Amino acid sequence: MELLVASAIGILTAAGIYLVQRLRTFPVIIGVSLLTYAVNVFLFASGRLTIAAPPILNDAETYTDPLPQALVLTAIVISFGMTAVVVMMALGAYLGADDDHVNEPAESDPAKRRSQDREDAA
Amino acid sequence: MSLFLVALLPFLGALLPGLMNSAGRQACAGVTGAVTAAALIGLLTNAPAVLSGQVVRAGIDWLPGIGLNVNLMLDPLGFFFACLILGIGLLIIVYARFYLSRDDNMGEFFTYLLLFQGAMVGIVLSDNILMLLIFWELTSLSSFLLIGYWKHLPEGRQGARMALTVTGMGGLALIGGMLILGQAAGSYDLSVILERRDVIQASPLYVPALLLILLGCFTKSAQFPFHFWLPHAMAAPTPVSAYLHSATMVKAGIFLMARLWPVLSGTPEWFVLVTGAGLLTMVLGAVIALFKHDLKALLAFSTVSHLGLITMLLGTGTAFGAMAAVFHILNHATFKAALFMSAGIIDHAAHTRDIRRLGGLRRLMPITFVIATLGALSMAGIPFLNGFLSKEMMLEETLHTTLFGTPWLVPVLAVIGSLFSAAYSFRLIAHTFFGPARDDYPETPHDPGAGMWLPPAILIVPVVAIGVAPFLAEPFVRLVTSAVLGTTAVAPDVHFKIWHGLVPALWMSVAAVTGALVLLALFAPALRLWDAAPRPEAKVIFDRIIAAAVAAARALIQPLHDGAFTRYGAIMVATVTAAGVHAWSTGTVGPAAYDMMPLDAIAIAAWLMLAAATLSLVFLHRNRLLSLILLGIVGLIVSIGFVYFSAPDLALTQFTVEVVTTILMLLALNFLPNTTPVESTVLRRTRDAVVAVAGGLGAMAIAYHYLLRDPVAESISAFHLANSYKGGGGTNVVNVILVDFRGFDTFGEIIVLGIAALLIYALTEALLDGPIRARLLNRKPDQPRAGDIHPLMMVVLTRVIMPVVLMVGFYIFLRGHNDPGGGFIAGLIVSIAVVMQYMASGFSWATARLRYPYHGVIGTGVLVAGLTGMGSWFFGKPFLTSDFAYVRIPPFEKFELATAALFDLGVFLAVVGAVMLSLESFSRLARRAHVPDSEHAMDIDPSRDTGEPTRPAKGV
Repeated sequence: MELLVASAIGILTAAGIYLVQRLRTFPVIIGVSLLTYAVNVFLFASGRLTIAAPPILNDAETYTDPLPQALVLTAIVISFGMTAVVVMMALGAYLGADDDHVNEPAESDPAKRRSQDREDAA
Repeated sequence: MSLFLVALLPFLGALLPGLMNSAGRQACAGVTGAVTAAALIGLLTNAPAVLSGQVVRAGIDWLPGIGLNVNLMLDPLGFFFACLILGIGLLIIVYARFYLSRDDNMGEFFTYLLLFQGAMVGIVLSDNILMLLIFWELTSLSSFLLIGYWKHLPEGRQGARMALTVTGMGGLALIGGMLILGQAAGSYDLSVILERRDVIQASPLYVPALLLILLGCFTKSAQFPFHFWLPHAMAAPTPVSAYLHSATMVKAGIFLMARLWPVLSGTPEWFVLVTGAGLLTMVLGAVIALFKHDLKALLAFSTVSHLGLITMLLGTGTAFGAMAAVFHILNHATFKAALFMSAGIIDHAAHTRDIRRLGGLRRLMPITFVIATLGALSMAGIPFLNGFLSKEMMLEETLHTTLFGTPWLVPVLAVIGSLFSAAYSFRLIAHTFFGPARDDYPETPHDPGAGMWLPPAILIVPVVAIGVAPFLAEPFVRLVTSAVLGTTAVAPDVHFKIWHGLVPALWMSVAAVTGALVLLALFAPALRLWDAAPRPEAKVIFDRIIAAAVAAARALIQPLHDGAFTRYGAIMVATVTAAGVHAWSTGTVGPAAYDMMPLDAIAIAAWLMLAAATLSLVFLHRNRLLSLILLGIVGLIVSIGFVYFSAPDLALTQFTVEVVTTILMLLALNFLPNTTPVESTVLRRTRDAVVAVAGGLGAMAIAYHYLLRDPVAESISAFHLANSYKGGGGTNVVNVILVDFRGFDTFGEIIVLGIAALLIYALTEALLDGPIRARLLNRKPDQPRAGDIHPLMMVVLTRVIMPVVLMVGFYIFLRGHNDPGGGFIAGLIVSIAVVMQYMASGFSWATARLRYPYHGVIGTGVLVAGLTGMGSWFFGKPFLTSDFAYVRIPPFEKFELATAALFDLGVFLAVVGAVMLSLESFSRLARRAHVPDSEHAMDIDPSRDTGEPTRPAKGV
């Protein structure tokens, strides 16, 4: 069972990393979401895997570790906030420049970039 | 007065001028002067103790772990400098009040001045070298602000930058040097370091420490080859120049050399470096000064020259040299500050500082003439003025100084320096004040009001008094000298006298003055010679060095930081993986502590679905809608996994978040292209795949090994399980952790969530405010729209289930403390209920029925949570201490009331507000110009049907 969970984390991580390295914003956002799953599951699993022992106090003998659950719960909600901000930024960039590339366009002329720097500095 | 107060007063006072700015220039200068005077009086209350030979101390431990203690020390040396800083500072403030024009922001000026003053006082009072370093850097920063005070002048800005670059770099070197010194001495307290001369000089760290410290001192005190910044700093207002370059900033380097004299001096390295640099600076500065036409530039180079003189005297390493240095510091501070102020007066009155355009001012400006002439004659070393006495001592000392094995070298160079020094002093007098009065001054010169001439006049009083009656200064100078010498030597039993008899030093002096008069007579040909001679321009060289440094930095950064985020990502993943492999291969891994749990069919089926969905996602990600669906599947299986592994709260959260995230992404896809084109090459994709698989395998390996072993430290989870019911009053431990044990974390998290939502709102506003708005409004959808976007069935259904969903949310919220649920989950459920109304009935219909703005909901949530936390203060408990009680109101069963529930309500509200504000912002982008907002929920509504068949509106 542990191997199953670990390999699921591995698959999610690998797919997330691959998608994060794509050139357009949307696959990058999907990749980040996959990485979020992977990280959340990993954090959750750090409390060890327990079946049928939820941390609801009753007369049971054992309970699963509640602490990682509490941490992951807020992490899930926060990651929604983060995804929303990233999506909004991607959308703003696309609407502004009509281009959803992640990378800056390669600047062939260094002189032009320098003048850009100067404008920024000014 | 406590030393702490003396050191703090200027900093505290720095707040006042800005506040008083609107009260007028008089008030502004008055309050600044009052602060400085208070600090000076506070300093003088310590005078009896200091003069009787005690060392006044004050100290508290600040960070004893790294040896940083706030220890202040006032010995005669520190007292001497603090008096100069505060005393001359007071005169400068009076002078500046009348010097600055109405256009200058006086509050800003005096704020900078007080900051600078505080930093200087801090340097001279510090007993801890780490604290001294902090003040040292503060002087660099505040002098930058002062030099660049006239921001509209390019020379001012460039001069300020140059000063900051040079002194800042020196400051960095000094930090290194001081840390090494502290290591060598075994303490960072000056009073301890000063007693460990033998240990430090025997240490192999002595030479690097000495080099770095001298680098700091030389840059600050403008010693060759770092002298070039000082003249450029003359672009500052004259009060700044007078203050920084006579008594304070440039004397900081001198002070430090004097302060560390007992431990650093006396070695060949010290002697060669300090004496050599000082001698060279003295001669070079004097020669350049003679040929400068700008009064302030002349004074600037003369300052460089005199600083060289003092440095050289300190370098000799003898007690007599140290005494001469101390005496000259005093004398130079008085006459040079007076001279700078006179130059400012002339500039103010004649509107030029160019000597070539001046001359004949002695009748027009008699008071200034007297002040400047006395100052300049003292600078030239003419008897009956204080400059003469210390110059005689300097010449006397050079006769006993042998550099590079040539006994005549130092005396000859000293005479040449004195000659040029006297020459430029004479030139200043002759070419400014003598000669015929001209009729082409830019402005008719006249003496200024008393406010401007009184400060330099006050400074001239000691110049003359000490010059005529040297014995006045003798005890004090001797006291300060013995403080410089510390335990290494006894202050020499020298008596300050005007007439020592026909000693060699007198002949040297006579030679210098005579030579100077000859040189002045031959000034015109000498100037032609000087102008014809090629010489390096320091600013050009400096600018070239800076440009080269910028080019080098750019050459390094631009290839590394080229804006290709995918490459950064690949490099980061590869690095982390490599670091993990390294840790793995070098670290130790214990044997597995647990056996693997047996597999079952459900788990295998879920794993297969997850793997299939994820892999399909990788291969089919170009179809964006499909990838969203696949992502939903992944999320769903993760939720199921949470249920399976005993985490019902997580499952509920993940599931509801999944719904809102999908809606959000769909809203975004509305605007983004529907497919991702193929752009990267096969090679590139292979590279990415290799990196990704490596990262995935690494994550898997870590997870697998971690799952079968115990953590290194014992987990604190048992505490939460044990105390959840007893202390928190709830049986759902996860919820109790969220709202009670770690309530402060949760409080922070809802704030972060709120900020994220507000950020989205702000970005939307920015988009809708700019040129994008028109494009959005005129956008043509790239897909055919449904004819009936808000169908009757859906509208009715969502309205019917709305109360049901709200009820579920309410139930989930209430049971949260004891069963799976709580504020986070309830908030998400309620948000979904509201979003459904938007989707079914349209944006404008839903907005029209919105009673409270979502920002307000977020704010209320955070406030409710915060106030609940603060409530515990009233019971003398720390923030967010929760309490609970069981109450019974007939006819209900006994039930629990917990303050944690109130906190959870705050969480609930913040989550609802944040989710709704995000989604609403996205929806606002979707409105279009040619599609009128419908106020009706349904596009086809039988109750509105008038019998005429109407075409349904297209869009939205």
